[in-house]
Amino acid sequence: MTDTQSVPAAGAAAARPAPRPGPAPAWRMLLPTMTPWLATGLVLVGGICLFGLLGPLLVGDPDAIRDVGLQGPSGDLWLGTTQTGQDVFAQLAHATRGSLQIGFLVGVLATVLSAFFGIYGAYLGGAADEAFSLLTNVFLVIPGLPLVIVISGFVPRESRGLWTIAVVLALTSWAASARVLRAQTLSVRNREYVAASRLSGERAWRVIVVEILPNLLPVLASQFVFAVIAAVLGEAGLSFLGLGASGSATLGTMLFYAQNGFALPLGAWWWFAPPGLLIALLGTGLSLVNFSIDEIVNPRLKNARLHRRRTRQAARAAKGGAR
Amino acid sequence: MSTVQVTNLTKEYRLRDGLRRTTLRAVDRVSFDLLPRRTVALVGESGSGKSTIAKLLTRLERPTSGSVEVALADGTPVHGSMYRRQVQMVFQDPFASLNPFHSVGHHIARPLLLHQRTSGARQTHERVLEMLERVNLSPAELVAARRPHELSGGQRQRVAIARALAPGAQVLVADEPVSMLDVSIRLGVLNLLARLQREEDLAVLYITHDLATARHFSDEILVLYRGRVVERGPADAVILDPHHDYTKLLALAAPDPERLGKVVAGEGAPDRASIDNSVCYDHHRRAWVHVDEAADAADAARRTRAERTGGGVAAGA
Repeated sequence: MTDTQSVPAAGAAAARPAPRPGPAPAWRMLLPTMTPWLATGLVLVGGICLFGLLGPLLVGDPDAIRDVGLQGPSGDLWLGTTQTGQDVFAQLAHATRGSLQIGFLVGVLATVLSAFFGIYGAYLGGAADEAFSLLTNVFLVIPGLPLVIVISGFVPRESRGLWTIAVVLALTSWAASARVLRAQTLSVRNREYVAASRLSGERAWRVIVVEILPNLLPVLASQFVFAVIAAVLGEAGLSFLGLGASGSATLGTMLFYAQNGFALPLGAWWWFAPPGLLIALLGTGLSLVNFSIDEIVNPRLKNARLHRRRTRQAARAAKGGAR
Repeated sequence: MSTVQVTNLTKEYRLRDGLRRTTLRAVDRVSFDLLPRRTVALVGESGSGKSTIAKLLTRLERPTSGSVEVALADGTPVHGSMYRRQVQMVFQDPFASLNPFHSVGHHIARPLLLHQRTSGARQTHERVLEMLERVNLSPAELVAARRPHELSGGQRQRVAIARALAPGAQVLVADEPVSMLDVSIRLGVLNLLARLQREEDLAVLYITHDLATARHFSDEILVLYRGRVVERGPADAVILDPHHDYTKLLALAAPDPERLGKVVAGEGAPDRASIDNSVCYDHHRRAWVHVDEAADAADAARRTRAERTGGGVAAGA
């Protein structure tokens, strides 16, 4: 074993901090490799998040009515106006924030629910596992969107806030992830290091949180990202049907009003295209991030990618040599 | 200085095959004692119940019947959380027994903190380094910061041994500790175990299927076959003078330079189907003992022991 500390500090190297001994910290193992796909995804998601965070601070009142209705994009109003003369760009900024808010909320709720039912049940085993699995299976076969429509229709419009919609979406979307987590936990809990930590006298919650959970983090991250996509899309669908949270401004409600204002027959593409495009881009970006996380969960995907790259490089080298 | 007395340990697993339920007796009335500075070897094929005994002894599973009694040097019985401090285990697979997510230092620091052997980060860290040096892992500072995948199998197994000893364990269950290691480093790990046993007066249960190391490293050998002890006695006696058909079969299965090319033939080996595991040859008594007889004797011994210590009958069972 080489001792990295004993390297004499040369004058040139003094400016740089000496390399720390030991391995990279544990969280480094959880980071995906930077690929063009991941970079594209991060840029897309980051851009949309920034737009949703900062946009509403910079634009004017999205509800202000002007006497120029259904006007195309211009230098003054970047994305034109709606039928009642509202600024589409300002609406888009607020709607993006609303959609991200609900997506994030549902992502967190669904991940927590699936982690609790999936991991805790599998760790306990026996009757608790059976009961949790049964519950998960019941939620799994409930058709998501119809139930959401029924619940949203049942709750009166005035009490149908952001949280109601978030809880409804979370309740219908956690089950599939819980099953995956349960399977993964069943595999991890039977590994010897879990038995060893129980043997050293660790309490159950610590075994779960410190020994088992880190090995599930990539799976959890991927499920979180997926839950966010599903929530943004689900909420857009609900709002488009007029069943969204009351008084909320999301990309779905924008599409709803565009549809009601006959944007498509009137050819007002600047009204419905931007929100639709934004939903599509957000979904694309999150999916690209998710593919990169999948490579951590399943290293075989990464090996396949590296293999493809090596083959390409070899082919290029062969071509260069022949010339 | 702790002793373990195992009396008629039995473990049954319920198997479910559709609607039919059957019980599998993985361990059937096994009795033995573990004494400080002594090593008992459990020898047998896969599925003979060796690892189940390890799990029962370390309380990872509950016995169906029978008792495991651990007593300190002065005779006080060990219960509850003290049990974990006294009885620890080294697992078979060093690649699975360390969490890939945590550093080597974490694995040793946790039992130290859990059993209040150290307090505070600085003292714990010093103790971790000390433990690593005791198992010949140096420079300890560097090893402690490493993650398991950066170590070789032998180094990992040393870490696992350090972890097992960290709570101050006096009884060590070693479940095939070297079977997953390269042949060239097995001796090193076994010698390390032997040295630690001498230094700390450990009682060791050495589980293996390797007759050669069992003879070399243990004082007493128990041969298990389908959950029952079929031969027991001093190590040399069992290996050099096997009486039970199954022990003979095991001895024949080991490659022998004298019988070159005859290992596979299996001529002269007893027929597996006819092997009877209801009798046990006891080299101490130089006699065959039926399993029921042995169980009664173990029960009686336990009763007299309980009477001698006075009133402690309620314990165990």
